[in-house]
Amino acid sequence: MDFSIAGILMLDGATNGAIYALMGLATVLVFAVTRVIFIPQGEFVTYGALTLAMLQLGRMPGTVWLLLGLALLAALLDALHGARRGQSPALLAWTAAKSLALPVVIAAIAWWAAPRRLDLVSQSLLTLAIVTPIGPLVYRLAYQSLADASVLVLLIVSVGVHFALTGFGLLAFGAEGFRNPSFWDARFSAGALALTGQAVIILLVSLALMLALKLFFENTLRGKALRATAVNRLGARLMGISTIGAGRLSFALAAFIGALSGLLIGPTTTIFYDSGFLIGLKGFVAAIFGGLASYPATALGALFVGMVEAFGSFEASAFKEVIVFTLILPVLMWRSFQHGPSDDDE
Amino acid sequence: MQAASFRRVALIAFVLLLALLPQLPIPEFWITQLNYIGLYTLVVIGLVLLTGIAGLTSFGQAAFVGLGAYTSAYLTITFGVSPWLTVFAGLAITTAVALLLGWITLRMSGHYLPLATIAWGLSLYYLLGNMEALGKYDGLLGVPAIRFFGVELSTGRSFFYLLWTIVVLAAIGMTRLLDSRTGRAIRALKGGVTMAEAMGVDTLRHKVAVFLIAALLASVSGWLFAHFQRSVNPSPFGLKMGIEYLFMAVIGGVGHVWGALAGAALLKVLEEQLQAWLPRLTGSGGNVEVIVFGILLVLVLKYARDGVWAFVEQRLPVGERKRNWGDAAPLPESDKPAPGAVVLDVRAVRKEFGGLVAVNDVSFQVRAGEILGLIGPNGAGKSTTFNLVTGVLPATGGEVLLRGERVEGLPSREIARRGVSRTFQHVRMIPTMTVLENVALGAHLRGRCGVTQAVLRLDRAEERRLLREAERQLARVGMAEHLHELAGNLALGPQRLMEIARALCADPALLLLDEPAAGLRLKEKAGLAAVLRQLRDEGMSILLVEHDMDLVMGLVDRIVVMEFGNKLIEGKPEDVQASPAVRAAYLGTEH
Repeated sequence: MDFSIAGILMLDGATNGAIYALMGLATVLVFAVTRVIFIPQGEFVTYGALTLAMLQLGRMPGTVWLLLGLALLAALLDALHGARRGQSPALLAWTAAKSLALPVVIAAIAWWAAPRRLDLVSQSLLTLAIVTPIGPLVYRLAYQSLADASVLVLLIVSVGVHFALTGFGLLAFGAEGFRNPSFWDARFSAGALALTGQAVIILLVSLALMLALKLFFENTLRGKALRATAVNRLGARLMGISTIGAGRLSFALAAFIGALSGLLIGPTTTIFYDSGFLIGLKGFVAAIFGGLASYPATALGALFVGMVEAFGSFEASAFKEVIVFTLILPVLMWRSFQHGPSDDDE
Repeated sequence: MQAASFRRVALIAFVLLLALLPQLPIPEFWITQLNYIGLYTLVVIGLVLLTGIAGLTSFGQAAFVGLGAYTSAYLTITFGVSPWLTVFAGLAITTAVALLLGWITLRMSGHYLPLATIAWGLSLYYLLGNMEALGKYDGLLGVPAIRFFGVELSTGRSFFYLLWTIVVLAAIGMTRLLDSRTGRAIRALKGGVTMAEAMGVDTLRHKVAVFLIAALLASVSGWLFAHFQRSVNPSPFGLKMGIEYLFMAVIGGVGHVWGALAGAALLKVLEEQLQAWLPRLTGSGGNVEVIVFGILLVLVLKYARDGVWAFVEQRLPVGERKRNWGDAAPLPESDKPAPGAVVLDVRAVRKEFGGLVAVNDVSFQVRAGEILGLIGPNGAGKSTTFNLVTGVLPATGGEVLLRGERVEGLPSREIARRGVSRTFQHVRMIPTMTVLENVALGAHLRGRCGVTQAVLRLDRAEERRLLREAERQLARVGMAEHLHELAGNLALGPQRLMEIARALCADPALLLLDEPAAGLRLKEKAGLAAVLRQLRDEGMSILLVEHDMDLVMGLVDRIVVMEFGNKLIEGKPEDVQASPAVRAAYLGTEH
């Protein structure tokens, strides 16, 4: 390996690492706020990339149906719940209309826009609008009533959700893989190093998103409410912060980050209905670097995972996944001995 | 009919049915299905122990199956080794991997093990799929059949007997394990480690043991799988299958050994039906059935967390445990300190949380045959002092001497071993076990039998002695009528008495009670005071942390009052009551 190859690999590692960092941050965010270990994080990547791919083909993406179905189910459950508490039909209808309005509007826009093959940026925005609301709906349907269950039960629920969302991905997009067009076709070269426009976009958008998250958490009331919930759920509730609202918001952010990552990574590799899972899990390995708690450590961990993967695939391409996922063991060992035995009474 | 004998008859009928099945003219297809169900059940029994009983979990069981399968396939094909030897090779490799994974992750919070097993499951899948020697993704073909006394078990029907013999033995072994000293320790893991450690249980060791047992069962299933299928490839050992095993455990019922069988059977049938029907409904091939599995898993966890077997269990007769320990020899007791000797000597013990001094150089002594009350307003540092003495928290400074031996810095199970036994401010028990079994957990350190003895039932003599002791201590606190009730069904008062009986079961030199009267009714308090007085008269030393002044003043010999982490005063109840400083601490000062 000479210097230029090392440079290429490092660049490759950094772009992938940026995506893993986004995944890892979403994982840490969701875990801190809701104690849910969100295995299906990667499914939103798939949904993001493949929803855009469908729009590119001028077809109505299946995720729209998922959004509508989940929203309908959630509205139905809310109505049932309200009826049991004796709410008036008018109020029930109004609540249902409110929660269904946004998904229906998004679906209508998608239906109008799909065959018109709008420009890439509009389609990307539409993709984000379709995939992001799926996050809070998943929280509503799968996790909300289990908010006080143990981490273990929530983790098993996550695995169930992962199965369901992956299966739906297959149903909606088929077994075929898609590769999206680049957002920016420019190429910059410095010696043997070639930097694609897409890589620049990935790095810049990731950095911008991390910065935006930091500002959100530190300067906005909602961001502070999320942090308060992460520190102490009961305390936050007593201060008038809705932990359910915080849960939904964190899932919305997770879905948004996932879909955005899908848009970013779509042009660099072929995405299949189950590709997101491995991407999400690599974000997970990064999150474990940060003990599922620290954002900066997660970002650094992600960069490291990206590098290991890039160099691993150069040295022993067949074993790159083995290398990346075995990496979790020394990390866990390090954390285990650094922090000592923990006493988890829950 | 008695419950125990009903269960025995049901088991015998089940075994007879199994023995008969292959002789009936059942289509080969169903024999194959039943064999798969048996292979799955073996893995899921391990998961039931891990998830339902011990409160841990693993998504990597399929990888352990793969380890067993590939080891045997490779060794029998390449070197012609007999399958009866390769099974042990598989078990050895599985042991090494499970110990490593368990040792690394089980020291940390409960969710790191499942996360590590996800990574391990993925790693092994890609490793198997990329190794030249193991045939990459095509796997290994031509695995020989197992020979049993010259008979080749190459048909589904002949294999059926070997497989189901192992499954039934595993289920019986697991049932026996759960009803033993080690079983009680394992069941105590689920509620958090503090209580188990206070009873002297080495929780890390037990967690690793449970994980290892589950992995070994999976490995045996893999060995059988390889010689049943006669070929191996990576796909049945991937993460998806690992998750499906957990699905079987959850849907069958993670709390019951036989839930494993129910779950395995349900999944196999469901999968079959879904694969037949779903493509017609959706018009697409592939594994669309995972949608149904995923949604079902979420629904089961939401609405029927005990799984399908719980419905069967509800309809089975429940009976009392047969009292067979009446004539068991009493357990040996440790020599007790002479009346008046110093049992606990706390010297300038100190605890800082960051900048906050929670306990500021507090000293006091407890002598044999006395009750020392530790009181103080909320936030005075009583509970922290308690935790320092019991080893739940490490002290920042100072010394704690137990009968002259320094114990600060020791883990709580070591302090328990030296004769300190405790109760909890919020009752910690195993609600699904009977009162008797909960109390027997307290005698953990007075028994020696482990997993092997429990499975082989070599522990019965010791078990009778432990149960006899538990019954004796329950009688001592006046709970003799409640032996066979489920602990979770007791009212708070009896629950607190049960905790005291459990603590007494450890044969302690010093009893530490953390607010035993909290939440009790007046009559229950009087009962508690009578029990404590009687224990003192029998020579027990007691340290009592309590809020209830009426109880404390009428009961204890001496009182230590704490305020803001400092020791305010020490003396007889009447002196403390007369002290203006104590009044000021509780009621504030007049200005």
